[in-house]
Parts: sequence; structure tokens; C-alpha cells
Amino acid sequence: MDKTEGKIKRLVLVVDDEQINRELLGNIAQQEYNVIYASDGDEALEAMKEHNDMLSLVLLDIIMPKMNGLEVIEQAKKDEDIKNIPIIILTSEKSMEVASLDLGAVDFISKPYNAPKIILARMRRVIELYEDRSIIKKTERDPLTGLYNREFFLEYVSKIEQYSLSQEYDAVAINVDHFHLLNELFGRNFGDEVLQRVAEVVKTILASTEGIGCRTDADMFYIYCAHRDDHEDIARMLSDSLEDMTSNMRIRARVGVYPYADKNLQVVRQMDRANIACNTIKNNYTQNVARYDSALHDKELKDHRLMNEAGEAIDEKQFQVYYQPKYDVSGNKPVLRSAEALVKWEHPEYGSISPGYFVPLFEENGLIRNLDYFVWKQTGAQMGAWREKTGIRVPVSINVSRIDLYDPGIGEVLQKILEDNGLGTDDIFLEVTESAYAEDAEQMIDVINALREKGFRIEMDDFGSGYSSLNMLTTLPIDYMKLDMEFIKNMKTGSTGFRLVKMVKSIADYMEVPIVAEGVETEEQCRLLKEIGCNIIQGYYFSKPLTADEFESLQVRELG
Amino acid sequence: MITVERLNEFGADTKDGLERCFGNEELYLKLVGMVTDDANFDGLAEAIGQNDLPKAFECAHALKGVLGNLSLTPVLEPVKEITEHLRSNTEMDYGPLMEEILSQKDTLSSMKND
Repeated sequence: MDKTEGKIKRLVLVVDDEQINRELLGNIAQQEYNVIYASDGDEALEAMKEHNDMLSLVLLDIIMPKMNGLEVIEQAKKDEDIKNIPIIILTSEKSMEVASLDLGAVDFISKPYNAPKIILARMRRVIELYEDRSIIKKTERDPLTGLYNREFFLEYVSKIEQYSLSQEYDAVAINVDHFHLLNELFGRNFGDEVLQRVAEVVKTILASTEGIGCRTDADMFYIYCAHRDDHEDIARMLSDSLEDMTSNMRIRARVGVYPYADKNLQVVRQMDRANIACNTIKNNYTQNVARYDSALHDKELKDHRLMNEAGEAIDEKQFQVYYQPKYDVSGNKPVLRSAEALVKWEHPEYGSISPGYFVPLFEENGLIRNLDYFVWKQTGAQMGAWREKTGIRVPVSINVSRIDLYDPGIGEVLQKILEDNGLGTDDIFLEVTESAYAEDAEQMIDVINALREKGFRIEMDDFGSGYSSLNMLTTLPIDYMKLDMEFIKNMKTGSTGFRLVKMVKSIADYMEVPIVAEGVETEEQCRLLKEIGCNIIQGYYFSKPLTADEFESLQVRELG
Repeated sequence: MITVERLNEFGADTKDGLERCFGNEELYLKLVGMVTDDANFDGLAEAIGQNDLPKAFECAHALKGVLGNLSLTPVLEPVKEITEHLRSNTEMDYGPLMEEILSQKDTLSSMKND
């Protein structure tokens, strides 16, 4: 493109075997464009190939000796490089107008030519349209996989729904298990390759069925396709495609299906349902396809209601803080050492709801910050009250969610709670879940280091569940390591579970941090843990979570 | 020499032709000067002589486009007429029409050579 007087001049190709016509049209076109010429079909195709990206428009005569205009259009449409260059045909034959439009010309100019201003206006309009379209084409695709990106996908699905009222569709979500871990373990290029392979499967599916697909949120893929009874083939193709990528680790992509998607729902809600189904088999390795059914629907309604009511419920103090004791078993007799503050929701209708159920919901809608803050404040006040009343000091751990760590003022908030209640950093420990470290390691480590500098002690919660790499784990700034409950559940003498716990213990020893076991329910578990030097125990074996009054009595009884 | 006045006298719609040249008189006159050398005139005469109607149609059709764009009405009209007959493959005596075309073209040629 040439810049004349600050205005960009686009390039136009005029094709006509008659020199007079070429010059005439060239003279019109050059009022606004740079013009090149071709006098037959071969020359035209050659010029299009040579200038492809730079060429904004072709004005093409239909009746020419050797190769006629229709053949030129046909050839051009077969050539990837030039097929998107818009072509206006020039003809004095009415019958040719429709034929050329059918072949892919965008417009026609009849001979003898109309007034030049009309011709220029038509040229401008076509160029504008095509440039807009090519910008859209470039932005609507995810460059890594060539699938649509999320926004365009959602938009196009709503168009499909609008125009295909009688067709039933399925919303499908595909998710790669532990994708961030794959990236971390094998590098970004490997992760990209995984995504590309999944995308190829999506494209294969779409080649044989009506529908469209996109990539969203890094490792999530959506398909919206004509209803099919079975989606197992998608799972099979995914598994075949990902099988040979690593020798020592199975990479799985799981599939969630919302069949007969309800077109009255917003598209994004339809896709959410596929996603909800997909998440139900997150930890179930025997099932690779899940469908959104009425049970999931009921749960969705309940979850939705809980999320809506959460804010009010915090204000109305429907949440109650419980304290689950931790015992030190290193001596002959277990000694009450500390406790973890837990929260339950006493819902007026659903009754007591455990944090395992509502915390993930709150994490999703961001209310977890309000809830955490409520628990911190409540715990601080309670400890202050105990201090005054009994004089006994038992440290309590509070849970700090990942999202809390993004708050630059978190240190001050926590310190204020300590000050308000006459407490110190020895009194309140912070439990941070391992997955918080895994997802944004550097930032999290910075924040946690800052908290440690203020004197806070950090317990890493759910150790072993967050799929962090060993290398990363051993460099994390922590003061205690808390074993994931799943390890304890599977622990028996001589079992793999027990060997795993021993291995984790040796990691803790290497890092020189004490280990805390939670979810301990039996005497055998307690004994085995003690055997390997895991001396701080929390769980029903010693005590269920207690109300503030109950825990106060326990403190007085055991330490008073 | 070809001028706009002489073309007007000839019967050309120079206003129309000039407009198509964006008012560029020099270009218009140059293109009119070129048209008399267009090989399709000879091609048409030859094809008619050999009774090769499809070939004759191609030449006539091409001429129609050029003459129409230059609005050279006295030549354009008989060319348009012959094109339509040729399009429908009409068996007829093309002599008089052909003569008319060539005579109008000769008028233009002589204007050029004056």
C-alpha cells in the first residue's frame, strides 16, 4: 500500500483483454487506488499470487480469450493464498451476472460502465466489507488451535440456535486433567501440543457432525453440535490421541455433556452445564464421559440458591465456627496442642452444611473472602475471650484461601485482629492449601514470605493433593506440613498408603518442618503415624470439631 | 485530428463518454483514436466472410463493450444489432450491417488521419 498525502492507497487489479476497457477502468480506479493490470486469465492469476496480501480487489472481465473470467474465479477459489481476495466482475451479459455471483464473485459492474462515482462507491464498499471480514476472521480464532475463541463461539452458537429451531443440540465440554501440572512438569511446548491434539479431535468430531467448537480458559474446549446419543467416541479419540505423549503418566481429557441443550437458557449457561457434568468425574478415573442429568440439575439449583443466600447468611450469623483439637502424641499421653478453626453453615432449610460442600461454591463467586474474614474475626474474638477468662493459651489455625493472598492488605487485616484481641502471631497460625501455591507460585511465595516476616506461621494444608512438583514443594516457605486426608484414609500396616505417608514424612524431614496429620479416625492410624514420627494428630479419633463452649471446657479440663 | 466537436458532429455521445473518463478529455480522445485499430473489426469482417458465426459473435461482443464505453453511438448501434443476430445464430445476409459498421469506423479513421 502506498501512502499519498497521508492517505493509504490500496492496490486494485484490473483484468480485461481490451486495452481500451482496461485504461478506462484503470483511470476510474486510480482516483482512489493504485492500479495494476492483466490482459488475460493467466496473467490475472499470476498477479493475484504475486500480490496476494496486498491486493484489495480484482475487477475481472468475464469474456476473454484463452481463460475466461469464470475460470479465473474458479481457479482462485481453489488457491488458499488468494481465495479471499474479493472479485468484482465486469460484464455486458445479464446472464453472466448470476453465474459469477454463484461462483464467488462479490459484485458485478455492467458494461458499458455506470457513472465512475458509482463504480468507485461499489469498490469502496466491497473492500471495506472484506477488510472487516478478514479482521473478524483473524480475531475470531484461537491462534494455537485454529478453533474459535470463546466470545465468537458463544455468539455463533446463539446464531445457530436462532436459525435452527427444530434441531436438537448437545453442549459438550472437554477438560484436560491437571493441565497446569503438565505445563509445569514437561514445559509449555508440551502443554501446547496436548491442547493441539485435543483440538484435532474436536475438529474431527465437527467434520462429521453439524456444530462448532472453541477453546476457552486455557485447557477447556467447548463443542456445540447436533444431538448424538453417544459421546463415548469423543473420549476414545481423546484417549488414543493423548496416549503416546508420555511414557510414565497417563494424560486424560474428560468429557461433560449437556444433551438436548435448552435453547431458552443463555448459551453460556448451557455450556456451564456441560462443564458441571465434566467436573463430576474430575477424580473418577474409571469414567471419562459424564452427562448433565436431573440430579445435577437439582444440585445446580441448590448451589445457585446457596450462593445467592451466602452474603445474607454471613450477616445473619448462620455460620458457626468450630474448633477441632490437635494432639501431640510424642509422649506417653496425648497432649492438647492446638486446634483448627472450621466453619459450618446452619442453613434454616437445608440444615447443617459442611465446608467441603460450600467452600468450593464460595471460592467460585468470591464470597470466600467475606467468609474467611468472618471466621478470622470470630476466632480472634473468641481466643481473646478465652484468654481473659481462663488464661490458657492454645494456638488456633485459621484457613487462608488463595484469593485472600491476592489482597495486598492481608497482613494488616490479620495483625489488626491480633491487636484487637490482645493476641500475637504465636496464637494464630495460617493454613494455606497446597494448590494455592501451585497455581501462581511466585506471587504466592512472595505474599507468604511477607506474612512470615511479620511473624506468622504457615501450615501447608492438603499436602500431596495439589500436584505440585517435588522440586517446587521443597523450596516453599512453610512452618508445618499438613498431610492430605486421603493419605490417612488408605493407611494400613504394609499398605501403599502407609509407604506414601512415610515418603511424605521424609520430605518433611528434608525440609525440616513438623508434619500434622488430619482426618485420623482409628487407633491403628494414630499408632502408625506415631511410629514414623508424625506426632501431631487431628481427627475424630481424638475429637470431632467442637463448639466454642465445648472447646473451652476441653482446654480447662486438660490444661487448666 | 479527433476532437470532441467533431465527435459530436459524428453523433457520438461525448458527454457520456467523457464522464466515463472522469472528464479526462485527453484520455477520451486517445482511447477513441485507438478503437479504429481494434483488431476485432477485421476479425468480425473475416469471420462473417467465412460464415463463422461463433467467432463473429466473439468479435462483435468485444467491440460492443469498447464502443459502448466510449459512447460512439453511430458505430455502436450497428455493432449491437449484429451482436444480437449473431448471439441467436441467425442465418441472414450480414453484408449490409457489416458495411454500415465498417463505413462508420472509416469515418472515425479519416477523422484521425485528417
